[in-house]
Amino acid sequence: MARIDLKSLAHSYFPDPKSDEDYALRRMEHVWEDGGAYALLGPSGCGKTTLLNIISGLLTPSHGQVLFDGKDVTHLAPEDRNIAQVFQFPVIYDTMTVYENLAFPLRNRGVDEKRVDARVREIAGMLDLTGKLKQKARGLGADEKQTISLGRGLVRDDVSAILFDEPLTVIDPHLKWVLRRKLKEIHNKLRPTMVYVTHDQVEALTFADKVVVMYGGKVVQLGTPQELFENPAHTFVGYFIGSPGMNIMDCKIDDGAAWIDGQRIGLSDRHLDAVSKQSGKIELGIRPEFLTLETGTAAKGADGVEVNIIKVEDLGQYKIATTRFGASEIKVKLGEDEQVIGQSGILRFAPEWTKLYADSQLVA
Amino acid sequence: MNKITNNKAWFLVLPVFFIVAISAIIPLMTVVNYSVQDIFDPQTRFFVGTEWFEQVLGDSRLHDALIRQIIYTLSVLFIEIPLGIAVALTLPRKGWGVSASMVLLALPLLIPWNVVGTIWQIFGRADIGLGGYVINLLGIDYNYSQNPMDAWVTVLVMDVWHWTSLIVLLCYAGLRSIPDAYYQAAKIDGASRWAVFRFIQLPKMQSVLVIGVLLRFMDSFMIYTEPFVLTGGGPGNATTFLSQFLTRMAVGQFDLGPAAAFSLVYFLIILLVCWVFYTVVMNAGKREEQ
Repeated sequence: MARIDLKSLAHSYFPDPKSDEDYALRRMEHVWEDGGAYALLGPSGCGKTTLLNIISGLLTPSHGQVLFDGKDVTHLAPEDRNIAQVFQFPVIYDTMTVYENLAFPLRNRGVDEKRVDARVREIAGMLDLTGKLKQKARGLGADEKQTISLGRGLVRDDVSAILFDEPLTVIDPHLKWVLRRKLKEIHNKLRPTMVYVTHDQVEALTFADKVVVMYGGKVVQLGTPQELFENPAHTFVGYFIGSPGMNIMDCKIDDGAAWIDGQRIGLSDRHLDAVSKQSGKIELGIRPEFLTLETGTAAKGADGVEVNIIKVEDLGQYKIATTRFGASEIKVKLGEDEQVIGQSGILRFAPEWTKLYADSQLVA
Repeated sequence: MNKITNNKAWFLVLPVFFIVAISAIIPLMTVVNYSVQDIFDPQTRFFVGTEWFEQVLGDSRLHDALIRQIIYTLSVLFIEIPLGIAVALTLPRKGWGVSASMVLLALPLLIPWNVVGTIWQIFGRADIGLGGYVINLLGIDYNYSQNPMDAWVTVLVMDVWHWTSLIVLLCYAGLRSIPDAYYQAAKIDGASRWAVFRFIQLPKMQSVLVIGVLLRFMDSFMIYTEPFVLTGGGPGNATTFLSQFLTRMAVGQFDLGPAAAFSLVYFLIILLVCWVFYTVVMNAGKREEQ
């Protein structure tokens, strides 16, 4: 197991990159701790697979270095880096049995048969494959094939890191949940360094200790799931994490408050202090969870922003109200029992959870 | 449930039936007709039962041709299949080299068969042919029109030259269908080059190889034009294969009865071998899955 250092790492698929747009991966500087479970989260094309392939050695970065435990591995081939990787689609050796598939990475490295047998049976036990060990892999379903791929990733216990490239894409939802739990369990037990690429926030947040959110070739935030939720460092993080995502609105700062479409939203001194030093496009963001909507008699004379209520969706455990004032549409998360009366109401912003962004970066 | 009977649908099958009848069934039945009768002219014919079949099956010249044919076809398969796989593995996977090698490889396949024979007939001649002349320069006494061994080798080399490309192209298509992730996974699993071939490439090429073996078996088992042009079946009968033997019997000696009987036997041999091969391979695949 190893600590992974990314030193001024950048990658471009073009031989002679000029502008930032030519980079699939913009310059980054990170240290990923030994034994951590990291998720690389972001939309398609954000560079997460590029980053993973650089760590695994399938791709050599055009700039910077990758270190495993302080040792430079930038130019080493995957087989010399001592890593395991699980791919998006099942890769199995058709003509081998499940047992032989699992044993393959060990046998290739000349591990003795007794140890191979012990490891294969242990991993098969963890992944519920014990009953299928003698079967040919070719006849199995996609779920089982991918489980075998996972098993081949986990079977070596001396790897520096285990890398997962959206490994649960082809798995059906129920089994997805089971396998995610298994991976988490295995991580807690053996503490390997794990890097997990996904575009599914639920997967990232449940699997990882630290989530690396990527957008447009950049790491926009690296933090615990809680940090990403409470303190998104970038409007993209606010929008991408959470269901529904953060409400983000253009605003103007004037007279000690933020103004959106002529409505005043009170700000704290902390906000005003930080934003006074900023130029550029200012946006205000707040999560639907931190908004309160007063309707009916409670709304009378209440302090806040007057809004029209467009629709209320009941999602069982909670309700989502979509409200509008001016050009802004704002989603509010309400408790199951909260009643919405009438077509209009008063929206209150919790000042401590109101965030200001300048050019998409968090200021306060 | 009441089944609705509507026999009008059968009319829709008629065009296909006519085409197949004219292109296959009627000609084949004509051959059957000839094989059981002795026909002198349209009015004079005798039913002879299995006599022609017995005569043909007992003909020792035919046995020799059959043995030559089997040896020839096996040699073709044993050379062309491994060679085709080997060449396919070394072909480039991207860049201009792909189209360049595709064009080069397709060239022999585009040449008409009798032209292939002519090319090699001239190429192999010791007096004016580049190949034959160079071999003789090297001190090897080579003359395909006099030495049976030389004739054999020339016919074989010609076939390899003509048809290996087909196996290469089929295998290449099979190889190209393997996703990159397989090679990447194999690298990470620490697989050797041989293991990658044995456990990834070969299994993925299996289905195209079955087609390749079948095509090469059928074609080489029926080979006619190229040896006919190149050696005319000689020297002696050294390169007389079944097709040529048959043609000589039918067109040369006008023994239509025995020729028809033999045609049917020939057809059945090919059908039988293909069926057995295909069934065995496909069943092997299924057994493995269980």
